[in-house]
Amino acid sequence: MNLLEINHMQKSFGALEVLKDISLSVKEGEVVSIIGPSGSGKSTLLRCATLLEQMDKGDLIYLEHYAAREAEGKSIYAKKGELKQIQKYFGLVFQNFNLFPHFTVIKNVTDALITVDKVSKEEARERGEKLLSQLGLLEKANAYPFQLSGGQQQRVSIARALALQPKILFFDEPTSALDPELTGEVLKVIKELAKEKMTMIIVTHEMQFAKELSDRIIFMEDGVIQEQGTPEEIFASQNERVQNFIGKF
Amino acid sequence: MDVVTMLSQLGKGMLTTGEIFILTLLFSLPLGLVLSFGRMAKNGVLRTVTKLYISVMRGTPLMLQLLVVYFAPFYLFGMKISSSYRIVAVIIGFVLNYAAYFAEIYRAGIESIPVGQYEAAKILGYSKGKTFFRIILPQVIKRILPPVTNEVITLVKDTSLAFVLAVTEMFTIAKQIAAAEKSMLAFVAAGIFYYVFNLLVAFVMEKIEKKLSYYR
Repeated sequence: MNLLEINHMQKSFGALEVLKDISLSVKEGEVVSIIGPSGSGKSTLLRCATLLEQMDKGDLIYLEHYAAREAEGKSIYAKKGELKQIQKYFGLVFQNFNLFPHFTVIKNVTDALITVDKVSKEEARERGEKLLSQLGLLEKANAYPFQLSGGQQQRVSIARALALQPKILFFDEPTSALDPELTGEVLKVIKELAKEKMTMIIVTHEMQFAKELSDRIIFMEDGVIQEQGTPEEIFASQNERVQNFIGKF
Repeated sequence: MDVVTMLSQLGKGMLTTGEIFILTLLFSLPLGLVLSFGRMAKNGVLRTVTKLYISVMRGTPLMLQLLVVYFAPFYLFGMKISSSYRIVAVIIGFVLNYAAYFAEIYRAGIESIPVGQYEAAKILGYSKGKTFFRIILPQVIKRILPPVTNEVITLVKDTSLAFVLAVTEMFTIAKQIAAAEKSMLAFVAAGIFYYVFNLLVAFVMEKIEKKLSYYR
């Protein structure tokens, strides 16, 4: 079963066609990296897939549940209650972390569990502390986000996403706001998750990382998937654009 | 009149001043939040109406608004105005006026919160209401404290406008004493009262700001 299936996704902002015809599917345990130049539509793809943005045309399917289905030339979204259910299937790690500044680290990780999922405070705390210790952040549990380094903040935001036990985790350029040293500690965490067979879709500019980690790499440009394949296939690609782009790194 | 008598009379007026102050804040702070929602509403009619309301409230003198609130029941509906309505009219006038200012302060605060906060909350499954009250509003309150302090201090001084409806708050009494005694002393005392009141306001607001400085 595909955890995620996207069929013929199209999205325009006014006259600007950002996504032209994107189809892709992701299986359980797969790690998919999306690479490509700025403005190629990577982030928009992620935002449409995570329901932050509505696509114009196409289907969006999580575990055989339709979040949106194309009918009469446009995407019809499922009802609010259904979307709430579907939303539980995935998590998203943002480029700018978007931690809640007025919550402590542990509260950032557990608050949604308690107030949204109605998990008991004790159980939420237990789950949260377990995650934090896995990510080496337990001693920061009672710190506030502003007291942490960028790398620590991003790890907290990964913990926050994992706490809700999503089936798929999306990353939107998770290391773009970090210096090389801090990038390393975040990439390490993502590698650990890959080892544990977490299904992940990662928009990234870290080519070496994408090569090491991914089961599949998707190269996007001008709103279409130009090429996709295993890292070996992509890095040996004869496509001039792909070669040029990868060559720059 | 000796100083003690004068101060005790002014003190009584101070109670009325305090009453106007507290009731105005109690009602105008929540009303301002509601107005700010109207001001930011997707519905164009609602947005325009709120904008117009705020524009009128900020663009005309508070003293005039107090007179309108007081006399409107008579001129518009031919109702008899009782003297006990005076203080009520003062409170209504102040609440309607201050809510307009607070609405714009709330709006500035709400619009200053990065959109990423809403998006993170949405991904985590927070409902719209929970997002606002758990995630957004606490951050808004921290950000708007300085401008709110400004308004609250202005309110302390504005309470003296209640004299136009002959409500016996402190300034009204000070004026009467000054006229009767042919002396500035009551005004000086009133000035000191207002100043000390505002020192207290500033002190309390600073405490609250400090209390919210545990995060950035």
